Amino acid sequence: MSKVNAILQGTLNWVDERFPLTSNWKAHLSEYYAPKNFNFWYFFGSLAMLVLVIQIVTGIFLTMHFKPDASLNASGVPVAFASVEYIMRDVSWGWLIRYMHSTGASAFFVVVYLHMFRGLLYGSYRKPRELIWLFGIGIFLCLMGEAFFGYLLPWGQMSFWGAQVIVNLFSAIPVIGPDLSIWLRGDYVVGDATLNRFFAFHVIAMPLVLLGLVGAHIIALHEVGSNNPDGVEIKKKKDANGIPLDGIPFHPYYTVKDIVGVVVFLFVFSIIVFFMPEGGGYFLEYNNFDPADPLKTPPHIAPVWYFTPYYSLLRAVTYPLLGIDAKFWGVVAMGAGTLIFAFLPWLDRSPVKSIRYRGPITKWLLSIWIVGFIPGAPVAQLLSVYYFLFFLTMPIWSSLDRCKPEPDRVTMK
Amino acid sequence: MKKFLTAILFAPILAFAAGATLHLDPAPDKATDMAALQNGAKIFVNYCLNCHSASYMRYNRLKDIGLSDAQIKDNLLFTADKVGEPMRIAMQRADAKVWFGAPPPDLTVIARARASEFGSGADWLYTYLRSFYRDESRPTGWNNAIFENVGMPHVLWELQGDQVMGPDHKLTLVKPGKMKPQEFDAAIGDLVGFLKYMGEPVGEFRKQLGVIVLIFLAVIFVFAYALKREYWKDVH
Amino acid sequence: MSCDEKVDCGRRRLLVATATAGGVAGVAAAVPFVASMLPSERAKAAGAPVEVDISKLAPGQMMTVEWRGKPVWIINRTKEMLDAMTKIGDQLADPKSDKNMQPEYAKNATRSIKPEILVAVGICTHLGCSPTDKFKTGAESGVDPNWPGGFICPCHGSTFDLAGRVYKSKPAPDNLEIPPHMYLGDAKLIIGEDKKA
Repeated sequence: MSKVNAILQGTLNWVDERFPLTSNWKAHLSEYYAPKNFNFWYFFGSLAMLVLVIQIVTGIFLTMHFKPDASLNASGVPVAFASVEYIMRDVSWGWLIRYMHSTGASAFFVVVYLHMFRGLLYGSYRKPRELIWLFGIGIFLCLMGEAFFGYLLPWGQMSFWGAQVIVNLFSAIPVIGPDLSIWLRGDYVVGDATLNRFFAFHVIAMPLVLLGLVGAHIIALHEVGSNNPDGVEIKKKKDANGIPLDGIPFHPYYTVKDIVGVVVFLFVFSIIVFFMPEGGGYFLEYNNFDPADPLKTPPHIAPVWYFTPYYSLLRAVTYPLLGIDAKFWGVVAMGAGTLIFAFLPWLDRSPVKSIRYRGPITKWLLSIWIVGFIPGAPVAQLLSVYYFLFFLTMPIWSSLDRCKPEPDRVTMK
Repeated sequence: MKKFLTAILFAPILAFAAGATLHLDPAPDKATDMAALQNGAKIFVNYCLNCHSASYMRYNRLKDIGLSDAQIKDNLLFTADKVGEPMRIAMQRADAKVWFGAPPPDLTVIARARASEFGSGADWLYTYLRSFYRDESRPTGWNNAIFENVGMPHVLWELQGDQVMGPDHKLTLVKPGKMKPQEFDAAIGDLVGFLKYMGEPVGEFRKQLGVIVLIFLAVIFVFAYALKREYWKDVH
Repeated sequence: MSCDEKVDCGRRRLLVATATAGGVAGVAAAVPFVASMLPSERAKAAGAPVEVDISKLAPGQMMTVEWRGKPVWIINRTKEMLDAMTKIGDQLADPKSDKNMQPEYAKNATRSIKPEILVAVGICTHLGCSPTDKFKTGAESGVDPNWPGGFICPCHGSTFDLAGRVYKSKPAPDNLEIPPHMYLGDAKLIIGEDKKA
């Protein structure tokens, strides 16, 4: 036994002289001190990493069988559409890999939305974590692009008309719009050229950027340390060895905790993959089992669920302004609605970070803001205006609110 | 407040489809009834697979519903030479477009495509196939109660007979066919059961495997949770 | 593994249990991904056994059919051809077909079920080119004055006799492969399937 240990130690030393393996292990896991009071909301960061891995692995195997080709095969079906059914039927276990990927797309947005909401609740975007937040916004934008490009690939009716609508949004931009949308499509309609370039964006361009941003997000996080549900800095109280009093090593404490979170997540994920892969028409839309037909728009066309908030911002603008038609301003509203998150670190002037110690104004305004995300919520236009006012007036109301005093140390609730 | 936020966040996403509702008759569940699925396959091959292809479905996949290669070859293999081939048809799409206005769609995944907020795809098909009625204003002489101005004639009229639509939008059988109404409904039930099976042949296996996966994950959860408790007993 | 005092036994047991269960789950999850790279149903259907009618194959003639994307030769050998084959045993690398390049039922002097009909995969065992037929004998063949008829591979010059047996000192290491096959009737042959299946 000791001989084996000696060989292992020798190998490790050999590596460490050439690559900072042990020091990285320490810096990011065994001696990365995270606050000990993480709650339920803190699972979603590691779960987002897990879903990223699931999407990349299943994506690689789907790429082996998928054909981004809009031409019709001998039976009159677009090759891309037929290749998805080929995966579902003819490839061994292809159905499972495909369902994991399609469910993973929705799961990605579920965990990322919860992860972002956690940031809102506990003020995780505030100083000194502004860059973590900005990298996160970048990841979110990338993810939206990834989902949009990927959604075209099955080449069903929803794929086709969804892409048609979104690409046409760009034509709303004055002067260059129409040419820009043709350039994006590479054709006068969404066609074979569009499918091929979306495939390239989906399988390589976006994932590369995404991985880079995820790396930056984590490096920035490990530089400043994690926030926590109390919103107090654990680095302010350290013991004689310079270790935060309220910090525990990420490994093993949060690795074993995250494993539990992963298992629970996989349980829910498996329920969807194995028992309701269509997700009631929300994860795989029924219309998308009809191959794309450029001559026939399906009667019910709606964006896939994770885009609905932006879609309602788009539809909320119905008045022309400054001589430019409403379509353009809808697009502006949609873009601004996404990008406004990036300004949060500078809009929030509250003396405390966490919702736990913030006053009633914040709690009520935030609650009403969330109501706006329920699809079909009444007074959509009013809620859209509110959506922006919530952010734009934040410097005022966040500093006016009656906050409770923050504790010195984190609390274990 | 916290509860309010959580409740809102997890509130079910409401469907925002507008317009008229569509009443569909629920299709009988034939997913595990091999005899019914085999009968459905026979009806499909005899009545549907002349104009409609099922081009992602290989004949030998019918082993799933209890048929052997030899049975498939002797009884069902009309449009191909080998059991490994998919259910294609000889009709040219260009001809079909001239005859029917639009080429008849491929039916492999039709049961998945016709699902809606009003019911499953099987429900839609079960209702649709029983809702043809005489309408002399249409080129085919047929119309359908849930698919207005449908291009397809009533292929199974010999079996069902003639229905007409009354002023109350109810269908009545005015000329009986070879089958009694209950027999016809049962035959359509089998056919729709087969179409549903064909939409996702792996469907039943998927659920069986799902149970095993969930049990296994539950076991891992017990270990993982105990391990977490073991480590976290040191954290105060 | 013994539990000494320094190690927390309960913790170790839980670690082992979780790691084992997780490991099993990981392996189980890998199976579908590995299996997805096997030939699909479409590939299997395309590679299905091929039925061939050989009633029109005259003596001395050869026909080629495709099976699993590979050329399969069917040659109706004349009596002269068969006789010539018996005289060249000492020039061949594996005259008795000892290497496992054919099913049991083709492990004989003519490497075939019926003596005159040879069924062989026309892919050189060296690097996968398809050899050219040289049925003409002697100097007329352009191969060798004593050439008894056979095949020559255009890529690296390996030569085979009319039973697909490779000549000595040639790049190809083995005789040509005999695929599984059987007769469904006198003149009807199925390639890719035999009685064992």
